[in-house]
Amino acid sequence: MTRTDIEQGATAESPYVPKMARILAADQMTETERFFRLEMEGKALVYEPGQFVGVTVFGVGESPISICSSPTQGDAFELTVRSVGMVTNALKGFGAGDRLGIRGPFGNRFDYDAMKGQDVLFVAGGLGLAPMRSLIRYVLDTRGDFGKVTILVGAREPGLLLFRDELAQWAQRDDVDTRVTVDRGDKAWKGDVGVITRLFRKIRVDAARTYAVIVGPPIMFKFTVLEALASGIPEHRILCSLERHMKCGVGKCGHCQIRGVYVCREGPVFTYEQVRNLREGI
Amino acid sequence: MLPHVLKRGDLAAWVEALAAESRVAAPVLKETSVSDPTDLKFAWEWVVDPAEVRLDYTVTVLGPKKFLWPPRQRLVRYRLGADPAPQALVDHESQVLFGVHPCDLAAIGTLDAAFAKDVADPHYLARRRDTAIVGLDCGAPCDESSFCLDMGSLYPESGFDVMLTPVNDEYFVEVATERGEALVEAARVRPASKQDMEAHQAFAEEKRSNFHYKLPYEVKYLPEVLDQSYDSLVWEAIARRCFSCGSCNTTCPTCYCFDVYDEVEPDLAKGCRVRRYDSCQLDPFAEVAGGENFREERWSRLRHRMFRKGKYILEQTGRPGCVGCGRCDRACVADISIKDTYVQIAGSR
Repeated sequence: MTRTDIEQGATAESPYVPKMARILAADQMTETERFFRLEMEGKALVYEPGQFVGVTVFGVGESPISICSSPTQGDAFELTVRSVGMVTNALKGFGAGDRLGIRGPFGNRFDYDAMKGQDVLFVAGGLGLAPMRSLIRYVLDTRGDFGKVTILVGAREPGLLLFRDELAQWAQRDDVDTRVTVDRGDKAWKGDVGVITRLFRKIRVDAARTYAVIVGPPIMFKFTVLEALASGIPEHRILCSLERHMKCGVGKCGHCQIRGVYVCREGPVFTYEQVRNLREGI
Repeated sequence: MLPHVLKRGDLAAWVEALAAESRVAAPVLKETSVSDPTDLKFAWEWVVDPAEVRLDYTVTVLGPKKFLWPPRQRLVRYRLGADPAPQALVDHESQVLFGVHPCDLAAIGTLDAAFAKDVADPHYLARRRDTAIVGLDCGAPCDESSFCLDMGSLYPESGFDVMLTPVNDEYFVEVATERGEALVEAARVRPASKQDMEAHQAFAEEKRSNFHYKLPYEVKYLPEVLDQSYDSLVWEAIARRCFSCGSCNTTCPTCYCFDVYDEVEPDLAKGCRVRRYDSCQLDPFAEVAGGENFREERWSRLRHRMFRKGKYILEQTGRPGCVGCGRCDRACVADISIKDTYVQIAGSR
């Protein structure tokens, strides 16, 4: 490093200081998942589908959270938070009008430009629907740019399904094939029951022109990639978003590192081809 | 500025003059072994008494990294309540690191690159900017754990303001920067004579003959050697005796991974965001909130460290991740050696 790099960097803006955002709306989607719509107090958040932010509860800490909205929706942005740790549990107490700290956006994006004119197959398991919704909303808001759109969603049980109203809306559309399955149904559940891979048997995939976007827990990812490959989709057209422990978002803290790759900067979106070559990806 | 010479007897006066301008950190004698009076333990500390400075030091458990990259550093302060108004905390004041060996100069170069690349980290870089470095050349390896020659850190070309070479009863003083010139102005030096130059040359020649290569390949092949060993059982074999204690990370002069957490002040009115050293050898390092741990196995964490030191940091920063100082080897309670590991995996080609 040259002296100049050090001197310029010494007076650079700290990447660790959150900016303030106000909660416009909040909704307890399930027992453990809480939805927020936020707006930055200063300049609007400029982001792309697939990116994430660091959410600060002052006095408690910060957590990396995927943005679940699309920039096509306007200046506000949306997050879906699962309560698992100190910060995310503290967020249960936050509602409309409250303020949070936001850093970011961080990470790369789903390459929607490459998908234009192509068919898109979305496969979301559990909380994976949150990061994927950013791209689903983008594709639906610019629907004419894409070919056939198929959305497969799986959850363990009906009560754990996220964005139920939207799933119902998508199911009504005739330009989208939306299918939802749960591992275990209940008395009220009339839809499909079984693991998400079974939905592949109900759809037709034109492998030559399809991008598969798969987000979910590692075990679901593995079996779903297998189905996508079995449909003939090549490895570089299978996209996923990886979850990792992250503390900085700027490629320094080391927690998200997979071999030589910092997921916070080079990811979280990778092709299956990249994930496979990373070896420690899934 | 042409080379100068400083008498050993004038060293303390120079340090005293520097300490009048800014704080100075240097190696000092920490303790002497009771059973073996020749076994001296040195440590990097703030200089209180200039006479304490020991430029005859060999190794220290911790390098001078801690003065640039403190084990605990406050990053952001804020108020609790309706208006947090978070603000960056960039603490820095001018300091001199006095007597830095070539391995640690190389390590500081790696930290500089890591914190300056992509997104600049002013919390490190402001301290670095305000730090003057007086290097100290080595004439012989510290001990059998050292492999600085292999790792290419033995002959520093930059990263210091002044370089001292112990020659006979004097120090050969070379100035590398304007800041170094200002430092040397405070010293009672005389211009180097032809004989001093020759003595300096003789030191260099002796240095060359005292160090020997320990790896069976050139360091430029290390990333390739590592790649070829990736699937080897060697990692499981070595990790059998690893306790995952993280001493290797704690003592490493290039380790810079950190944890971030918030602290609330006792008045419950203010808080701050803090970072502290973290260790990739500890079990929860790669564990995500949902409980999934992406390096659950001890051997996978050990392999990650060996790859990070020998390959990943080099590829990311262009600077070596391991400088061959041998600190992790000496600190390891299980006798795991990065040098021996890099030797052993050459066999798996």
